[in-house]
Amino acid sequence: MPDGRTDNPQLIALQTYLNGLDKDEGSLIVALQRAQELIGYLSEDAIFMVGQTLNIPVSKVYGVVTFYSFFRTRPRGKYDIKVCLGTACFVRKSPAILNELATLLQMEVGTTREDLKYSLNTVRCLGACGSAPIVQVNDDLYANVQVSDVAGIIRRYLD
Amino acid sequence: MHQSIKRVNSLEDLLELQRQYSHIADFRTGRRREDGHREVLICGDTGCVANDSTEVVREFNRQLAAEGLEDQVKVSVIGCFGFCVQGPIVKIMPDNTMYVKVKPEDVPDIVHQHLLDSRRVKRLLYHDPSSGRDLEHSEDFPFYKKQKRVVMRNLGLVHPEKMEESIAFRGYEALARCVCEKTPQEVIDIVRASGLRGRGGAGFPTGIKWQAAADQPGDVKYIVCNADEGDPGAFMDRAILEGDPNSVLEAIAIAGYAIGAHEGIIYIRAEYPSAIHRLKLALTQAHQYGFLGKNIFGSGFDFDITLRYGAGAFVCGEETALLHSIEGGRGEPTPKPPFPFEHGLYGKPTIINNVETLANIPVILLEGAEWFSSIGRPGCSGTKVFCLAGKVRNVGLVEVPMGTTLREIIFDIGGGIRDDKRFKAVQTGGPSGGCIPESHLDTPIDYDSLKALGSIMGSGGMIVMDQDNCMVDVAKFFLEFAIEESCGKCAPCRIGTKRLHELLTKVTSGRATDNDLELLEEFGQTICASSLCGLGQSAPNPVLTTLRYFRDEYEQHVHDHHCAAEVCIDLMEFEITDACIGCNVCKKNCPVSCIDGAIREKHHINQADCIKCGSCMSICPVGAIIKK
Repeated sequence: MPDGRTDNPQLIALQTYLNGLDKDEGSLIVALQRAQELIGYLSEDAIFMVGQTLNIPVSKVYGVVTFYSFFRTRPRGKYDIKVCLGTACFVRKSPAILNELATLLQMEVGTTREDLKYSLNTVRCLGACGSAPIVQVNDDLYANVQVSDVAGIIRRYLD
Repeated sequence: MHQSIKRVNSLEDLLELQRQYSHIADFRTGRRREDGHREVLICGDTGCVANDSTEVVREFNRQLAAEGLEDQVKVSVIGCFGFCVQGPIVKIMPDNTMYVKVKPEDVPDIVHQHLLDSRRVKRLLYHDPSSGRDLEHSEDFPFYKKQKRVVMRNLGLVHPEKMEESIAFRGYEALARCVCEKTPQEVIDIVRASGLRGRGGAGFPTGIKWQAAADQPGDVKYIVCNADEGDPGAFMDRAILEGDPNSVLEAIAIAGYAIGAHEGIIYIRAEYPSAIHRLKLALTQAHQYGFLGKNIFGSGFDFDITLRYGAGAFVCGEETALLHSIEGGRGEPTPKPPFPFEHGLYGKPTIINNVETLANIPVILLEGAEWFSSIGRPGCSGTKVFCLAGKVRNVGLVEVPMGTTLREIIFDIGGGIRDDKRFKAVQTGGPSGGCIPESHLDTPIDYDSLKALGSIMGSGGMIVMDQDNCMVDVAKFFLEFAIEESCGKCAPCRIGTKRLHELLTKVTSGRATDNDLELLEEFGQTICASSLCGLGQSAPNPVLTTLRYFRDEYEQHVHDHHCAAEVCIDLMEFEITDACIGCNVCKKNCPVSCIDGAIREKHHINQADCIKCGSCMSICPVGAIIKK
């Protein structure tokens, strides 16, 4: 891809977007956010494209990508499960929920399963401390989750 | 319903609009009644949405349509009422009835009994455990009695997506009066006289900061609103932005006028999609009305605001790191001076104010500096919003005058500890704060008193802990956060926090000595003294305060290998009691086969092989396995 030609529609869309930006470092984070929105993660191709179009060394782009927790360099599962480990959730036993999810889904925390079905991650505070502990699956929020609820939540995301 | 919006070109135009819309405010506050007309207010804040408030809204719309009530009863989704633990909250105006924990299936009762028949649905009223009564009006709830809403004045009152409602509640009047009637210096003088201090953590006087930037030469300056709320356990900025975005936009423009800036930037967490959505809507509407853009209120003052999204880095709460992030780089701090007010964004004078600080500005200008400084205590005027969470009964957003005591917040407003357990500590200030024990609960809260206790005000997280929380474990949790969020630029923070964590792990696994406790203290103090930015300088606070106030708990771990809260799993043993019926279930389920025992005989755990996973305890049908 370094020569700038691609058939991938997502990358073409990204290129169009990048062409409209100011070619300087100020646009970098905005560009990466858009790239992730389009592709779902920051692929090597996307990182190269951003760097080349904005005239920023790829090493520097990579430095920014890895600095921020929002950016991911691997694809995400169909169901993106996040367990809040903010303080309010922590003191109300969210680590136990995380363990239960990892056990039932047979995967490690911070990874995506090979079948690309589930990602299991922790998140630092979703700002819903009143309903702690909180589990988020894609856009669905689950409030006041108990360990015994976990199996039931997973059953909603089997397909 | 759609009306074409006419640009507001003067203060008089705005006041005329305010009069036109005053019926909205009068109805909402119960000052005016109309026959048969009612309004259903439903909290649309993230906390209530997590509890299905969106479905409650849909059900109201369905039921009202079925009863043909759409014309008399309006449904409005508004900002946070603060009493999150009782959510979703539904308020009926002008009756001023608050229903709590409303589920979609409760909606028909509210419609049939209350709206059609004017009878209260008793089972949905708040039951006050202290008086044993069911309360209808929120003013009577103990939760609200000691609160004073200044920053959150419009939350739960004004529709955040409707500009005409903001106008009805005097939105943008302060801005109009500033640009039309006051000089920038007069604006700064009022803010200085009010005694407002930065609510983001350090508590620097806002007026002095503005003055410093105003005194800088040049006509390119910036106002940055820090909405990158990163403290786990603090969500007031999100609630303000979701519930009252216009107050924040107005304040940014006022700040811009005061220091001579024409551009404002809101740096907001990408994790707050709903707040971003509301801000964008408010920005569009503010432009249509002419509250932002060119020649605001015909004064010749131009001001614009853009949004920038944070990408998830706690260190970006630090001013210089935040600016680097807006400039597109890694959010690493740089040493001060130069301070942002002299050399900030793109090298230009920049003022960074946090959301809550800004939300105070319009009301200070409307009501006056004297009014504001009469709230709170000398040297620390106004109110503070706290996110009361953890093991307290009434979890929610709480706004109290400065100088309120911790005990009043936790026990009077918060209703005490859940499940009648014993209070152990309250943690203020998030990962940079400290844990305060029972003996200091009567301290009146302000920036300085909390600092003297080894904690900080921070952005206002307040997490209550009970006897089931192990303080060493809590300190370790905060340190894990610091390690993860340390940007890695300076060694004391990057390496020091890691070493501290190793020492704490030694304590929680029973391998530590007294010497390690001394080391913890020495390390902690060194990190505080030598780190580059606020993150490192305050990261050891949770460790240092727990060592100061809960040393006996550390010593218990070290000397007796005992964790009284039964949290530190390495110090626990699982044991099968005489209640065992010999059913063999635990034996079959043990992942490391360390349980022996014949069927119908008492089983036994081989402690040397046990990995303390606890699966035997959770699976035992008769509860015969205990942890000690």
